[in-house]
Amino acid sequence: MNTRVLVDGLGSSMRRWLPRRQRTKKINWNDQFRLFVQKLGIPLIAIGLFLGLWSAIAVQIETSLGTLPGPATVWQQSVGLYEEHVELREREAAFYERQQQRNAAILASDPDAEVSLYAYSGKASFFDQIVTSIITVATGFILASLIAIPVGIICGLSQTLYAAMNPLVQIFKPISPLAWLPIVTIIVSAVYISDDPLFDKSFVTSAITVMLCCMWPTIINTTVGVSSIDRDLLNVSRVLRLGWFTKVTKIVLPSAIPMMFAGLRVSLGIGWMVLIAAEMLAQNPGLGKFVWDEFQNGSSNSMARIMVAVIAIGLIGFLLDRFMLMLQRAVSWDRTATLR
Amino acid sequence: MPIPHLELSQVTIDFPTPDDPFRALEEVSLSINKGEFVSLIGHSGCGKSTVLNIVAGLHEATSGGVLLDGREVNAPGPERAVVFQNHSLLPWLTAYDNVELAVKQVFRGSKSKRERHDWIRRNLRLVHMEHAMHKRPDELSGGMKQRVGIARALAMEPKVLLMDEPFGALDALTRAHMQDSLIEIQQRLNNTVIMITHDVDEAVLLSDRIVMMTNGPAARIGQILDIDLPKPRNRVALADNSQYNACRAEVLRFLYERQRQPQERAA
Repeated sequence: MNTRVLVDGLGSSMRRWLPRRQRTKKINWNDQFRLFVQKLGIPLIAIGLFLGLWSAIAVQIETSLGTLPGPATVWQQSVGLYEEHVELREREAAFYERQQQRNAAILASDPDAEVSLYAYSGKASFFDQIVTSIITVATGFILASLIAIPVGIICGLSQTLYAAMNPLVQIFKPISPLAWLPIVTIIVSAVYISDDPLFDKSFVTSAITVMLCCMWPTIINTTVGVSSIDRDLLNVSRVLRLGWFTKVTKIVLPSAIPMMFAGLRVSLGIGWMVLIAAEMLAQNPGLGKFVWDEFQNGSSNSMARIMVAVIAIGLIGFLLDRFMLMLQRAVSWDRTATLR
Repeated sequence: MPIPHLELSQVTIDFPTPDDPFRALEEVSLSINKGEFVSLIGHSGCGKSTVLNIVAGLHEATSGGVLLDGREVNAPGPERAVVFQNHSLLPWLTAYDNVELAVKQVFRGSKSKRERHDWIRRNLRLVHMEHAMHKRPDELSGGMKQRVGIARALAMEPKVLLMDEPFGALDALTRAHMQDSLIEIQQRLNNTVIMITHDVDEAVLLSDRIVMMTNGPAARIGQILDIDLPKPRNRVALADNSQYNACRAEVLRFLYERQRQPQERAA
């Protein structure tokens, strides 16, 4: 048994206690190779198998829009969507350049003339739609967290408020975004009236629907995290006569953070799922609308383009979760816990 | 007659249960002088911790009460600092920050930032933890954590230091080490201390008086033993001391003859 195995066997929390000399590992290429296969090789093989199965099955399914697209067709379409994006950007740049030239010409002949710059209102590219979706989900998620964390803390600290809030939370938690959306749409149309709106109604509707659907896991987890705080730590706070605010910031919040973040991660996952549905119905120009438009369009490319969107949705959902995990690691005080 | 420093008078406490209220303590009366070191000893479940919690203000007596310097105790406060059995340090703060939380709270108005910093360091030095003050509890051993817990309590400059089996979770060697430290600190600061313990040797070695409690429910004070051994005490020198051994025997007799474990008696 070489040193490396021994050191690894101790686990990361013990490794700190070893003298530095023992911590530096000798590189064992055999082990490195095994690690490489395990971390990268096996997932790659799994993905390869999945793609193979997909292309084998796809050719056998005939739909009204032709054969079900396989991985190759979907890849072509994703390249196509990228090229389209580049083209749209060029068109936009050209549009602004033309305007500027025209304005310059007007100013040259009449320096006092009033010139204006019109905003480009061309079609949004696939990548613009991704950005819209991310902004929308972030808005809904942040709003939800701003409500859910304080509510969770209060419910965790007070039995009475917990008893009051718990039935409401349990009833609202399982409601589908599709049920919320009509109500939200009607309310937003009635309340959000402005001659020069800062946000599109579709954006507000989608973000609020996301918020309504994704705040519950955070509320529940924060409540559990706060109420399961160590009795002795609360006694420390009583002996020190800490004020309410100091108690919450120094003792309650830090001890609830692991549970809170577990809740936030679930919330963001739900928010992202909800968003796609909300965008389809609210016509917010994001990925949900893209899927819907392609579905209505029904061209021979549509199926493949929808699949590109589906994969993009999955990848972004995964990245959002990784981002939350990173945040969780950054704020976590418990170095011994494995976060995954 | 002078007013005693800390006085428990006829403290009785009932805990509510679904049936009848459970009487944990009955008429516990005790006077403690300034600078005195008192140990509470008794079998598990006899209400030792309840006595301590009442003095700390964490529980409220059903009848009777506690006076500290003539004033009634009815809420927890830093003048009655508690050292908890499982150290109860905030795991997300370093040793320094844990002590600082207490110092900031107690000396907010009376010490400048500089003075607070020096005070924190002085207390950590007192428990020999200055070298590790920027480590967090999960990087410290059990004994070190307990040292920081003691430093935090001492840093509040309490009138009474309440220790709830402070060394109960430590191994025998670390415990002996901590006891020596406590003797040294007590010698230097002359705190009034109430300590709960299971350990007869610890009680005899550290205390001026040992308060032995009867088994619950409705536990009372069974016997109080004065330990007249000169201080500072040395555990090795005392091993052959006849007076020390007599005290030890006295406590052992109380615990294992007069107050045998309830389940033993039933058997």
